[in-house]
Amino acid sequence: MTGYVARRLGQAVVVLWAAYTVTFVILYLLPSDPVEIMLAGGQGGEQSTVDPAQVAALRHEYGLDEPLPVQYVHALWRTLHLDFGSSIQNGAPVTSLIGDALPQTAVLAVSALVIALVLGVGIAFLSTWTRWAWVRTLLLALPPLGVSLPTFWVGLLLIQFFSFRISIFPALGNEGLASLVLPSVTLAVPVSASIAQVLARGLRTALAEPYVETARAKGASRARVHLRHAFRNATIPALTIGGVIVGNLLAGAVVVETVFSRVGIGRLTVTAVNGQDIPLVQGLVLLAATIFVVTNLVVDLLYPVIDPRIRVVGVPRRPRASTKTLVGSVS
Amino acid sequence: MRTRTPLSAVTLAALLVLTACGGGGQSSSEKSADATPVKGGNLTFAISVDSGCIDPQQVGNNDALNIGRQLVDSLTVQDLDGKIQPWLAQTWEVSPDAKTFTFHLREGATFSDGTPVDSAAVKANLDGIVALGAKASLGSTYLQGYTGTQTPDAQTAVVTFAQPSAQFLQATSTMSLGLLSVPTTTADPATRCDGSTLVGSGPFTVGSYANGSKTVLKKRTGYDWAPTGAKHQGEAYLDTITYEVVPEASVRTGSLQSKQIDATTGIASQDLPQFDGNGFWTQRRANPGIPYNFFPNESRPIFSDIRVRQAFSKAVDRKTLASILNPGDVAVSSALSASTPLASDDSKDLALDVAGANELLDEAGWVKGADGVRAKDGKKLTVTVTFWQPTTAVLELVQQQERAVGIDLQLKQGTTAETTALQNSGDYDVLFYNLTRSDPDVLRTIFSTETRNVNHRAHSQVDDLLTQQAATTDTAQRAQLVAQASKLLVEEAHSIPLIELSTVIAANEDVHDLQFEGSSRLWFYDAWKQA
Repeated sequence: MTGYVARRLGQAVVVLWAAYTVTFVILYLLPSDPVEIMLAGGQGGEQSTVDPAQVAALRHEYGLDEPLPVQYVHALWRTLHLDFGSSIQNGAPVTSLIGDALPQTAVLAVSALVIALVLGVGIAFLSTWTRWAWVRTLLLALPPLGVSLPTFWVGLLLIQFFSFRISIFPALGNEGLASLVLPSVTLAVPVSASIAQVLARGLRTALAEPYVETARAKGASRARVHLRHAFRNATIPALTIGGVIVGNLLAGAVVVETVFSRVGIGRLTVTAVNGQDIPLVQGLVLLAATIFVVTNLVVDLLYPVIDPRIRVVGVPRRPRASTKTLVGSVS
Repeated sequence: MRTRTPLSAVTLAALLVLTACGGGGQSSSEKSADATPVKGGNLTFAISVDSGCIDPQQVGNNDALNIGRQLVDSLTVQDLDGKIQPWLAQTWEVSPDAKTFTFHLREGATFSDGTPVDSAAVKANLDGIVALGAKASLGSTYLQGYTGTQTPDAQTAVVTFAQPSAQFLQATSTMSLGLLSVPTTTADPATRCDGSTLVGSGPFTVGSYANGSKTVLKKRTGYDWAPTGAKHQGEAYLDTITYEVVPEASVRTGSLQSKQIDATTGIASQDLPQFDGNGFWTQRRANPGIPYNFFPNESRPIFSDIRVRQAFSKAVDRKTLASILNPGDVAVSSALSASTPLASDDSKDLALDVAGANELLDEAGWVKGADGVRAKDGKKLTVTVTFWQPTTAVLELVQQQERAVGIDLQLKQGTTAETTALQNSGDYDVLFYNLTRSDPDVLRTIFSTETRNVNHRAHSQVDDLLTQQAATTDTAQRAQLVAQASKLLVEEAHSIPLIELSTVIAANEDVHDLQFEGSSRLWFYDAWKQA
């Protein structure tokens, strides 16, 4: 087990390094210069008429005039010492910019996840529990709808009604619980849809398994079969999409934070990318990669807890294949 | 990673017309001005972007400059007619060669840390801006050729330049050269950006700044040096101003309508009518400086021919452009926007003339093909305009107008990054942008072959005129030189102005006396809110 975790950590480091390097290369392939963008005032800016010699001096100050490999090594060396440099746009340390924004996105993501779990599990559960075919059809139509609705559209719709029309919730800002409601619900829509989709399918498959028949034959109640037996098995495939869910939350935050004028990692990313703020983009990419790596590691370590038949015996790869054979055809 | 795209797409598709972009003219529907101002009150103002910095000496975008303007006072103030009036400097003298500027400061003004606004502070600020270099993207341009400041006594500052710099007097009225306390001038630029070391002598001080979300300004108690032209003296009326960053245009509109914000300049022009009356007011002013303009690259074979450039300009129906953008706006009338001091009227050279355009193109040997596009030596008359501002709607109209005379105009909207890269490499047919500056010298910074040389052209008479106006302190003479230069720029179609950019305030009726300053940015000192 320890060896497994160590190996996974090693992989994580490689993933982070790769993400860092790819970002670096892509940012430098872009046909532009972060200093020029800064001088144009970023988004909504006008033309700058600064003396080219002064522009060159500024580029020198940021080390942007050094050869690319030198810049790369410098940046990587600093990063290894957990020094992510300063934003080109405003000179603030990347760590403090991310540190200020992260809690806001964390609160948003966690509350959205809670809403999404309640909705997703509820829909999946009811759709398999109900004996009315029309209710099932209706409930099963919800996840595809939830996935296909554009997040910004949902957000604008909610804001129009609940903020502009009937003024229950504020349209802007990060202050207070009330300002969290609409953004969390917006962000929860696509996430709950993917949870419901996978969980409902898992539940249906599990309920058709022989052990369910056995349990029923032994006289277990319908609720007990559903909750203890089928649900537990259906959780595994739902868990495997943990990474997808985290991805949804991060990508959704970009849109939700813009629509609802919230501060957070999503908005920070938009600004950083628009301004080609290389140190900040790199810091954000590392953050996102770390979140993914950790999520996947946690998911992998959770498998044997949920299903004791799954053993983590130094298998470097995720035991997804074996999971599939255990719980049936999950695709 | 271009995550902004879906939002922008829906906004643009839904709104169709560009944001914050209009012609000249000054329509006003402000409530009666005879109401008595009320002290106190908190005003919430929505801005659309946060560039991560509120230091007026470092920023270049309008929203950030709006915030910075409330924090710093300037040596002079520019009134809405373009005249330079006293503020921190009571009087001044300019040497006949426009190289030496002597300012006599008023007594008693202080920065909010208690230190006096004296000649040492003037010197520290100007030296500091030069030291900031490119980081002071506007101020460093205004100080090109700066050789130093002498301080014969505490109230006298003598600023000298290596070459004539007539524009400097107007520059002293901008927030970009606004005065900060001496310790601020040498503080870390990043801490100045986030407001923590930003100390000015203005009617407001920094209360708090949260990157990307909001800035709160607080009234400065004891403020008593309002500029000439202010409606009152003493402290500002408002207790606080809160700038909320609201990136989505439709959310700004809805927030104003539902009174979650008090005012903004970020309402799309087609949404503006709903704020005329019925509990709201709007006020518009054209931004002084270079209007939205086509800048042809004359190092390209197509545009090296003056006839093609002239035809390009003659094909544009500027009246239609203006009326479609902001009903009631007037068409652009010169290489300078009409609200720029010393701007002349060249509207005759900017009239729609389809027959003239066709004639010129025929003469230049461009022959109309079956598809209506002209060609010469097997090459089509296709030109690509590269831009990043949200001006697609107006450019699509221009595209149709050019098409009518056989010019195939291709629109290429890129990111700020792509566009600036193209611009610097010189690899473009036509650029399209505007530049706000309330001094005609802005023509020199853009067009002169000694500066940006946006046309990539060779030295000509225009350059001499532009250099001469920069060295002329006599207003009448300078006006004449500016008029000659801008007429030449338009006649030879180095400048192809299309529309004027207006700033439009939309506010609810509880807000009073929120005004424009000389550069069409906002001035909150006289503003007050109905209790």
